[in-house]
Amino acid sequence: MDLSLVPLFAILISLIAVVPIMLSSEKPNLREFWTILAALIKFGLVLTLLPGALEGKSVELHIVDLAPGLPLALKADPMGVFFAVIASGLWIFTSFYSIGYVRGAGEMKQTRYFASFAVCLSATIGIAFSANLLTFILFYEMLTLATYPLVIHNEKQEAIEGGRKYLAFTLTAGLLLVAASALVYSYTGTLDFTPGGLFTEVDLPQHVMLIIFVLFLAAVGVKAGIMPIHGWLPAAMVAPTPVSALLHAVAVVKSGVFAVIRVVGYVFGVDVMAGYGLGEILIVFAGFTIIVASLLAFAQDNLKRRLAYSTVGHLSYIVLGVAMLTPLGMTGGIMHIAAHATMKITLFFCAGAIYVNLHRTEISNLNGIAKVMPWTMGAFTIGSLGLAGIPPINGFFSKWYLAMGSLEGDMLVPIFILVLSGLLNAGYFFPILHRAYFKKGEGLEGYGEASPLMVVPIMITATLSVLFGLFPNLFFGFFDLAVDISTSLFNSGAP
Amino acid sequence: MIETHLPALIALTFVLFSILIPAFGLWRRELSQPLAVIGSGLAGGLSIYGFIEYLNHGAIRYSFGGWEPPVGIEFVYDGLSGFFVMVINVVAFFSIWHSGGIAKREFPGKEMPYYALAMLMLLGFNGIVMTGDLFNLFVFLEISSLAGYALIAIGDRPAPYAAFRYLIIGTAGGTLYLLGAGLLYTVTGTLNIIDMTPMLPHFAESTAVVAGLILMIVGIGVKAALFPMHGWLPDSYTYASSSSTTLIAPIGTKVAAYVLFRIIFYLFGVDLVDATAPFTYLVGVLACIGIIYGSIMAIAQSELKRMLAYSSISQIGYIIMGLSLANPWGFAGALLHVLNHAVMKACLFMVAGNLRAKEGHSDISLFDDSYRKKYPWTMTAFSIAAISMIGLPPLAGFFSKWYLVLGTIDNSNWIFLAVIVISSLLNAVYFFRVYEKMYMMDPYKGQKEPKDGEYNDVKGSMLWPTSILAVSLIVIGFANAVIVGVLLDIFPM
Amino acid sequence: MLEFFIGHYAYWLVIILLCVGIYGILFKKNLIKKTIGLAVLQISVVIYWVAIASKEGATVTTLDPNIPVDQVANYLNPLTHTLMLTAIVVGVATLGVAFTLLMAIYNRYETLDEQELLDKIQ
Repeated sequence: MDLSLVPLFAILISLIAVVPIMLSSEKPNLREFWTILAALIKFGLVLTLLPGALEGKSVELHIVDLAPGLPLALKADPMGVFFAVIASGLWIFTSFYSIGYVRGAGEMKQTRYFASFAVCLSATIGIAFSANLLTFILFYEMLTLATYPLVIHNEKQEAIEGGRKYLAFTLTAGLLLVAASALVYSYTGTLDFTPGGLFTEVDLPQHVMLIIFVLFLAAVGVKAGIMPIHGWLPAAMVAPTPVSALLHAVAVVKSGVFAVIRVVGYVFGVDVMAGYGLGEILIVFAGFTIIVASLLAFAQDNLKRRLAYSTVGHLSYIVLGVAMLTPLGMTGGIMHIAAHATMKITLFFCAGAIYVNLHRTEISNLNGIAKVMPWTMGAFTIGSLGLAGIPPINGFFSKWYLAMGSLEGDMLVPIFILVLSGLLNAGYFFPILHRAYFKKGEGLEGYGEASPLMVVPIMITATLSVLFGLFPNLFFGFFDLAVDISTSLFNSGAP
Repeated sequence: MIETHLPALIALTFVLFSILIPAFGLWRRELSQPLAVIGSGLAGGLSIYGFIEYLNHGAIRYSFGGWEPPVGIEFVYDGLSGFFVMVINVVAFFSIWHSGGIAKREFPGKEMPYYALAMLMLLGFNGIVMTGDLFNLFVFLEISSLAGYALIAIGDRPAPYAAFRYLIIGTAGGTLYLLGAGLLYTVTGTLNIIDMTPMLPHFAESTAVVAGLILMIVGIGVKAALFPMHGWLPDSYTYASSSSTTLIAPIGTKVAAYVLFRIIFYLFGVDLVDATAPFTYLVGVLACIGIIYGSIMAIAQSELKRMLAYSSISQIGYIIMGLSLANPWGFAGALLHVLNHAVMKACLFMVAGNLRAKEGHSDISLFDDSYRKKYPWTMTAFSIAAISMIGLPPLAGFFSKWYLVLGTIDNSNWIFLAVIVISSLLNAVYFFRVYEKMYMMDPYKGQKEPKDGEYNDVKGSMLWPTSILAVSLIVIGFANAVIVGVLLDIFPM
Repeated sequence: MLEFFIGHYAYWLVIILLCVGIYGILFKKNLIKKTIGLAVLQISVVIYWVAIASKEGATVTTLDPNIPVDQVANYLNPLTHTLMLTAIVVGVATLGVAFTLLMAIYNRYETLDEQELLDKIQ
């Protein structure tokens, strides 16, 4: 079977869905039907690529030349498929959850909301399947633009200011990415993602490499939430919770870390990174971010903001794993993309359910809610234990590989960081659990569980977190895929 | 047959219609605009055909009346002039098509003189671009300028004053250009550009040649609104009638930029220009200052047309910057930006015109979120054009910036690179400011509920040109590899 | 030194007129005076073009029956003269448009002083 058009359709399906979504703006049920339909088809299309990816094969498609010698091209390689499966799979749950949320919370301009959501998913899959940096930039900017209406969704002053901040960070990042790509193109004559990197033929002076690397780091670091350029992430938490859940736990920020992997593994190449000593720079930034973000999370009373800082910290786990430049570390980093996605989306879903049901956003108001929302808080418990790295939830699994990776590279600092941040994670999550389960709540009479449209997705993502922790290869062979990717990155450079 | 006379035919179309319009317009006033649409459409079609002919058969040198240069006057239809003629005439066609609805509202009863003048101005623009003679260029410059002053004077109450200021500074610029051409004539004894080129290197050190170059750059720089000679532009574009702005803003300054290309790349050649002092670099620095200045001033404006006018100052800077880079990428980027900016600015000024036609103003601070319901298509066109202006892929604006960035890297010119990045961000600031007003509630004014509105968009004759230009930005974006391939072939060095 | 000035008197005239014209354009507040400055500027350039046509002992560029046409050295350069006829026409047209605009401005604002105008426009 010829699969070469599948990546294109996988991208376009949700873009096409925008039209019926817009047209059926007066009929909410029909509108949401299109969303769900597009989500299912998209997931199905992505899954057809999975067997090939597990065998290490790529599907390539050259669409049109965007500039002389620079095509708009798609390539569904294992790394791309890995990311696409996560993003499109979680979109299904988020779609159901979104319906419950926006109706429960009575949000305005719901059509714009669902339409933007669909465009975001197109952009995310596009990012996953980009074959070169120019195509990547195209979808990266598309994601920025499509997320903006979601961030400012409620159009309050706070939201608009958050939106401005978001644009200021991400558009700057996009331009730096353009500048960095132009530099790469000028020096190497190509922008195609290649395992092992583009700089194998050319020998550039240290300072030039450093400049290019710093430009890339700033460009992808914004979406990956690397400190000190993470500022938009907490500000963007004014968005509706499903947006925070999918976009700020899966799509946008994961596009950022995905970009880090692309840059490290496919633009620079691990050997070049090691040769120029660029990995250490990345470790310093990632380590700093993990610790500081975890400390800042303590200070937040708003549940979503605490989750946001937790996200910032966990993204840097992934960056840290990549930056170690060891096969096991890379595997751990890639696995943590999947692990963090399922766990964090669970937590955000819970926060949203609490908000819609009880209209509570501050942690200090959460006393005793486990009694009225047992299922939600149960899922929350799983997610937070997982993020703290407690087995058998999948957060433990990826952390284990991260630790193995740093041993493999004879580095002790990353291990220290991992242990410390595990404790900090426990430190800022357990008080929430303590309040929810053991303190006596007030004013909770008459409230029950949130609508099933929200609780069922929560339960599923929480279950997935546990299942993937116990059986990392379940359903999709994520673990094998991660190992394959990391092997391909480390064996390509050496002849 | 038609191929050999193409350059003359394009110009003569405008002569013909500048006579036909008064003739028919006196009889039936409402015929003026359709005639002008036909005229510019005909010229647009001819110039597209001509450019394809150029690609297949090479440049055309057309001598008027069979008098060979240097005795006679010739039109030179090569890649550069063919490209500019095509951009000018096609964009002008859309502007004139769009202007019908505005003309009825903003200056009823004056359609006949308006469109006759528009034809004359386009004749001037085409003449400037195609002529091969420095003095002839001056004459066409003045024809287009005189018609342009009159077109700008039609408009709001202060429009004549804006036009007068433009007249004084523009004519002074034209006069300085004439003096510069005179100095070159004194040294070389010819006014034909192709004849003069091989002679100039012998006088590279001559004061007269250097002074002539400077005077020409300054004189044309005024017309191109090159910083710091941009003072006339914001008032002219703001106070002139929306239809005049839509016609002049996208192409007027480009024509002047064309003259700079012709002088620096063809007449002198970059080596000769830089023989005594790094003039190309200096021009580039001025362009950079203009880019930043224009963007910052645009942020400070609350009137949409004035904001777009300042943005024009900044965008013309990109074109001049590409010129000053003097490498293939810079050249291709600049020319692509000529096309892109002409389309984007025409589209944006059409949006401003549509809003004025419906709301009676284009003051950004009075915009509200009912516009998204009332004018959905106009707002969509604005969104596309504005995103293209900011320079986000896959829209056209991204690619001209991409090639300019490649050009700056080729020259290791990091300051120019930084200017492109910074100004793109500033662009984003002033366009997203408008988005916030048009698509969102205004919590700063205490708005609690989104405003509703009935569909009330402009009628088809105004909506179609706006939409077609907006869509063509996407098309140009995807087709730019082809266009740039052609432009790289045109590069003269 | 003196010869340098006297020998190039035509050019000095051009330079002086050029400066006068630019001064008028830039520094005069009355719009009529600005227009006069513009006219002076244009005339200075016309004089320059006419001046470069001059030849030692040659006559004006109208056909003289006593001097055959092929004795080119006896006639001034006719090209610049004809070009300047065009330029003068252009200049006159420009002034015409300028004065039309001034009429329109005066009818609307009843002043031609730049400062007062700017105040009234604000």
